[in-house]
Amino acid sequence: MDLSPYLLSALIWLPIVGGGLLLALGDGGDVHSARAGMMRVTAFWLTMLTFALSVVLYMAFDNAAASMQFVERISWVAALDAYYYLGVDGISAPLILLTTFITPLIVISAWDTIKVRPAQYFAAFLFLEGLMIGVFCALDGLLFYAFWEAMLVPMFLIIGIWGGEHRVYATLKFFLYTFLGSVMMLVAFIYLYGETGSFDLFGFMNAPLTLTTQKMIFIAFLLAFAVKVPMWPVHTWLPDAHVEAPTGGSVILAAIMLKMGGYGFLRLSLPIVPDGSDYFSGMMIALSLIAIVYIGFVALMQTDMKKLIAYASIAHMGFATLGIFLVWRISAGMGAGLGMTGAMVQMVSHGLISGAMFLCVGVLYDRMHSRNIADYGGVANTMPIFAAFMVLFSMANAGLPGTSGFVGEFMVILASFKASFWYAFLAASTLILGAAYTLWMVKRVIYGEVANDNVASLEDLNIREFIVLGVLAVAVLLLGLWPAPLVDMMNASIEQLIQQIGQSKL
Amino acid sequence: MNLTDYISAAPEMTLLGLICVVLIADLFVDDEHRMLTFWMTIVSLLITMWVLLATAPLGRIVLFDGSYVSDPLSQILKVAAVGFVAIAFLYARDYLRANDLHKGEYYILGLLGLLGMMIMISANSMLTMYLGLETLALSQYALVAMDRKNPVAAESAMKYFVLGAIASGALLYGISWVYGVTGELKFDEIALAIASDPSLNSLPLWFGIAFLIVGIAFKFGAVPFHMWLPDVYEGARTPVTLYIASAPKFAALALTLRILVDGLGDLHDVWSDMIMVVAVLSLLVGNIIAIAQSNIKRMLGYSTIAHIGFILIAVFCGTGKGYAAALFYTLTYVLAVAGAFGIVILLSRRGYEAENLSDFKGLNARSPWFALMMMFIMLSLTGIPPFIGFFGKLNVIDAVLSSGFTGLAILMVLASVVGAFYYLRVIWYMYFEGTDERAVLQASADTRLVLSLNGVAVLALGIVPGWLWALCTAILG
Repeated sequence: MDLSPYLLSALIWLPIVGGGLLLALGDGGDVHSARAGMMRVTAFWLTMLTFALSVVLYMAFDNAAASMQFVERISWVAALDAYYYLGVDGISAPLILLTTFITPLIVISAWDTIKVRPAQYFAAFLFLEGLMIGVFCALDGLLFYAFWEAMLVPMFLIIGIWGGEHRVYATLKFFLYTFLGSVMMLVAFIYLYGETGSFDLFGFMNAPLTLTTQKMIFIAFLLAFAVKVPMWPVHTWLPDAHVEAPTGGSVILAAIMLKMGGYGFLRLSLPIVPDGSDYFSGMMIALSLIAIVYIGFVALMQTDMKKLIAYASIAHMGFATLGIFLVWRISAGMGAGLGMTGAMVQMVSHGLISGAMFLCVGVLYDRMHSRNIADYGGVANTMPIFAAFMVLFSMANAGLPGTSGFVGEFMVILASFKASFWYAFLAASTLILGAAYTLWMVKRVIYGEVANDNVASLEDLNIREFIVLGVLAVAVLLLGLWPAPLVDMMNASIEQLIQQIGQSKL
Repeated sequence: MNLTDYISAAPEMTLLGLICVVLIADLFVDDEHRMLTFWMTIVSLLITMWVLLATAPLGRIVLFDGSYVSDPLSQILKVAAVGFVAIAFLYARDYLRANDLHKGEYYILGLLGLLGMMIMISANSMLTMYLGLETLALSQYALVAMDRKNPVAAESAMKYFVLGAIASGALLYGISWVYGVTGELKFDEIALAIASDPSLNSLPLWFGIAFLIVGIAFKFGAVPFHMWLPDVYEGARTPVTLYIASAPKFAALALTLRILVDGLGDLHDVWSDMIMVVAVLSLLVGNIIAIAQSNIKRMLGYSTIAHIGFILIAVFCGTGKGYAAALFYTLTYVLAVAGAFGIVILLSRRGYEAENLSDFKGLNARSPWFALMMMFIMLSLTGIPPFIGFFGKLNVIDAVLSSGFTGLAILMVLASVVGAFYYLRVIWYMYFEGTDERAVLQASADTRLVLSLNGVAVLALGIVPGWLWALCTAILG
């Protein structure tokens, strides 16, 4: 029996149902109870099972096919002509793999660091995982929006319940900012529904739209996705959310949630409103370059490690948006796909690296309860294994060849050379800025004399932390040395997307 | 007309008969055995519901010389009204017992109010409508004043009564102008008169319509005729607030649709602008002022005003889709708000009125299940998918966009974002704040069950909303 038609549903609903189970059973209010331990183990195996399912997806995925695979389509809201319509292509599949890969690591990293309501904590992450996979799979506008918006709720709770001192401010800001962006997308969806008579995304893509309409829809989508990416100047929620979120929350936020914005541009903005995207591409490139250069300088000035990585994330995601919108500036046949492929690689790689960086800060924070760079110094003396990992990830963050961070940035810079020297010049400044802010932080935290007694009494990684960082290190190096499997996976879909957007709707 | 024709009015007649039975039986019941009255009330509602379902009209049936109508719209609104009155009674019971307020009057006045609602829902003439409206309104004034030793309740009852009387006067004045111009009181004949003589469509009629809209806006609690609503919500005891906040919204919707659509449907151009001004003001004022509230009942009062803005905007569209969206929105909104007040009631204990938002602090630690239900309800009111409130908003926005009002649609979603803040604050208090209070919420098994079903329904209906929307469009689309 061929089960592949249900694979995507299994990927979405296994974690969600599992999360419900965890919530129903509860932890009895005691972190050290056997029941709480059982919840942890259940959560771990649920995420591992989901990961195993995504490996099945990877094995069965046909790299040569540009169209949607593993399609499921059943009627959902017949009265609105909305379908439960799922499918993956080369653009969404890598992001699903990233999601299922990161989530078990979060469960492991939270094993004994979450002291209150662990069952609810793990349940929230399981819900989040299922909903995020849902966003990447949904091919129906209403379904996409439902997953997109529902995703905010577990994240809101994760930051609000398990976050730091100013968590309420940060989480409300996060929710309201992203909600404000997404409601405009909803209006655009409903408008398109009125035009086409269904919520089918392919129907949206085939709908003829005037340039004025396209511009308006592009702006509506932009508000939703730019907040999520986040692009300058709507990025201010991110540093707050990152600083206050618990480690797992920061990792999911940086590794996957930010990718939703880039994914949204690729899946919705470009194919639905190609002419609108073309019209605004100059502005998008400018905003991306501002994110890369200006936010790079902002990162340099940070004294809080999490804030620094958060700003670095914004700068790195600038590469993703730059790569996507460069496609309008490179003439056909000159390798227009290079920028877009670079953007995708950058998104996956940034997911791994920023996740790892936040986990590193989490390791330090669990021991010292401080994220201040000034409180550290000479950590390498007391935590040599940790220091090795941290340096590796920092190098990757700075884009060192051999790590995954290099591949995406290099492809995007190469693509921007084809478009304009000045784009490339500004984008390449990240090689200096990125190195400056990351390595300067490493110098102040890791190297030098042991700064104080607290640092002197630090203990090196425990086995769980070692596994988490080790797995991520392998992934970062593997993708850096041999990115071909990832690139092959997305090639066909990106080629098709470029063809599709090449045809004007006017 | 022969006797079998009356069968379409059987639900109201049955209810009236049963009210008399409960009223007389209650005389012989002492406070110890007041549960008997409660169960008799519930049985009366069940019988009424059964009669309603058994006499469901297939089409449109007009009775009593054209002043009463039974159609699918009246059927769905009556079923919902009976159901939500029963739910309100159930949620109220334990609170009333704990606070020495468990008198037969609550149930009897509630049932009389229900009778008024059903008459309004089935009204096909201005006078039937007014009759139903006054039956409902007088029951509500008395209900608010039920806790007579409580000065706050007495004050809000007085305020409600005086303002309500003025609004009824305005409505009646509007009715008299419309009657004066068209010479008709029945909605379909008013429509006919206007259609056959276009010269009637002039200033005197518009003047009358303006007063009708004042009456409608007051009964709904729309800005600028909303001042009574937060005060009454806050001043009345919570079970009474629950009653006022839930089922009467169906009657208010019927009032709007029957008068504006059945009677004055051809004059959409005349009344739509007035409705829009009222609706947009409600949306903005409700959402913005709700942010500043620290009393949960007052907050929900202002949030009601904002939701009424949504309902009236749907009516403003003047299309079948818009009317269906208004119906869908009202049904789903009442479902959520009944659950919200149910949980507020649950938070109160003997001698302690849980009225402040801060009473929700740490609820997740005390009673995670009810905190979860409250979260579902708050998210539904915010309009987050997959909760049912999202589909209510979706349908209204769809109706607005397909009528071509893009700017209005954007204004509506922006107002929803403003509204999100105060709903999220409830979740924030429940989940992010600690509390010294350790007591678990107490509720008898039946309340617990129905409240849980209420909360789960908000989610479950959001996952399968199609049938309800299909039903609404079949009735009004």
